[in-house]
Amino acid sequence: MNTNFLGDTATLTGRSLRHIARSPDTIITTAVMPVAFMLLFVYVFGGAIDLGSGSGTGTADYVNYLLPGILLITIASGIAYTAFRLFQDMQGGIFERFQSMPVARSSVLWAHVLTSLVANLVSLGIVVGVALLMGFRSGAGIGAWLAVTGLLVVFTLALTWMAVIPGLTAKTVDGASAFSYPLIFLPFLSSAFVPTESMPGPVRWFAEHQPVTSIVNTIRDLLAQEPAGGDAWSALAWCVVTLVLFYALAMVVYRRRTG
Amino acid sequence: MSTHAVTGPPISAKGLEKSYKDLHVLRGVDFEVERGSVFALLGSNGAGKTTVVKILATLLKADAGTARVNGFDVAAQAGDVRESISLTGQFAAVDEILTGRENLVLVGRLRHLPSPGAVADDLLARFSLTGAAGRRVATYSGGMRRRLDIAMSLIGDPPVIFLDEPTTGLDPQARIEVWETVRGLASNGTTVLLTTQYLEEAEQLAERIAILHRGRILVNGTLAELKKQFPPARVEYVEKQPALEEIFLSLTGDDDKHAAGTGTGTGPSAAAPARKEHG
Repeated sequence: MNTNFLGDTATLTGRSLRHIARSPDTIITTAVMPVAFMLLFVYVFGGAIDLGSGSGTGTADYVNYLLPGILLITIASGIAYTAFRLFQDMQGGIFERFQSMPVARSSVLWAHVLTSLVANLVSLGIVVGVALLMGFRSGAGIGAWLAVTGLLVVFTLALTWMAVIPGLTAKTVDGASAFSYPLIFLPFLSSAFVPTESMPGPVRWFAEHQPVTSIVNTIRDLLAQEPAGGDAWSALAWCVVTLVLFYALAMVVYRRRTG
Repeated sequence: MSTHAVTGPPISAKGLEKSYKDLHVLRGVDFEVERGSVFALLGSNGAGKTTVVKILATLLKADAGTARVNGFDVAAQAGDVRESISLTGQFAAVDEILTGRENLVLVGRLRHLPSPGAVADDLLARFSLTGAAGRRVATYSGGMRRRLDIAMSLIGDPPVIFLDEPTTGLDPQARIEVWETVRGLASNGTTVLLTTQYLEEAEQLAERIAILHRGRILVNGTLAELKKQFPPARVEYVEKQPALEEIFLSLTGDDDKHAAGTGTGTGPSAAAPARKEHG
């Protein structure tokens, strides 16, 4: 079965990438909401937010502070399209056609996952572009940027394998993408927008122990050329554990669905 | 990649059973299909036709019984079965966002053919889709979509083809186009199992017909054999009124549109022979 895996995955990934190239709106709408959040927080709420640096918070400072969380929101909203596209394949006959052909079984899923990765990286590029226009600056070197990209890739893969599950099991289109709302909301209960020290007890405890905070802090430190320390390890651990867990779950669901 | 030549019937099912929770869909289905023939599984909605096809195409596992396709066991040798078959499901299994040609090339690649582009162009010509090859399938009519769907199933020349309700939802012209395609397949030595709820379709296309009802095969035989089992025909003199279908087809006249390539130009009236409504 593995003999065809790479070739079949490449062929099927080419197919889904064509889908995206022909409906670029999916990439743009993925970027629109995070960009809107960024504008809202920087230009509306930003003036009232004190990051505790003592000397007040400038617009550019706050863009730098905000961007990591905005990037995670971008990914959380982007993977909803993966669930959507997978759901569409399941509804039409094309999925059954693939299943009845001598195609490596897991290629069908991997193609969607790799496509999700490409689409999300493009959306992230758009968001970073807008942030640059808004005054985002980083002196980080190639190594730090590679580390940021690597972490975002692992995070995207983890959430994408999560998205595969509703994509395979949903009964309606809405059901296929509704799971992403809590994920989009999660960064608001983290250090993404305001320092966790400003939050009341239980909220602060949750914010400091949920994965988004460590991932946000790691990206922020890398871009600010500061040592990321323990946050980096717990960020990586969260992402890898989530990735492995949801990959395994998605495969179980896939086998059950396809017999 | 070679399609193995296997002795024995290309399709055989023995005692197939399948339940979904409390619903006993198949209650012991047995039949065999001869090589190079068209076999129709006739039944109303919910009779279990699609379930049989899905089991034979390795998409579902039977609860009991065995099935072999092209000599391979569908449960134990699913990979070999998939090399031997093609499935055209109830809903056109085409990618709407891709063009017609891209759909064919995609299947050619997935079947690991050496030159998928050439195969695609050949099929586009055979199915009169060359003009629409570069258009997205979303813009195709129902008949074109079905033709493309069947063309995709022919890639790689699988010896066994399953057509699950190939004409459901098609207009009369498109249905005749599909019929001509199926006849062409059988004449090339492909074994075809088709399911249908239209009596006329089974009568038109199939050498053998099995009637599936509530998960069991009630009768199985040639049309002549089936006719013998029932009360002899009475001779009646009936004024032959044109069927609505004949009127429709002669008004909308599609002689030159369908089935380019066969060149025989089956006229609308020839495709819909007189039917007896009673007895």
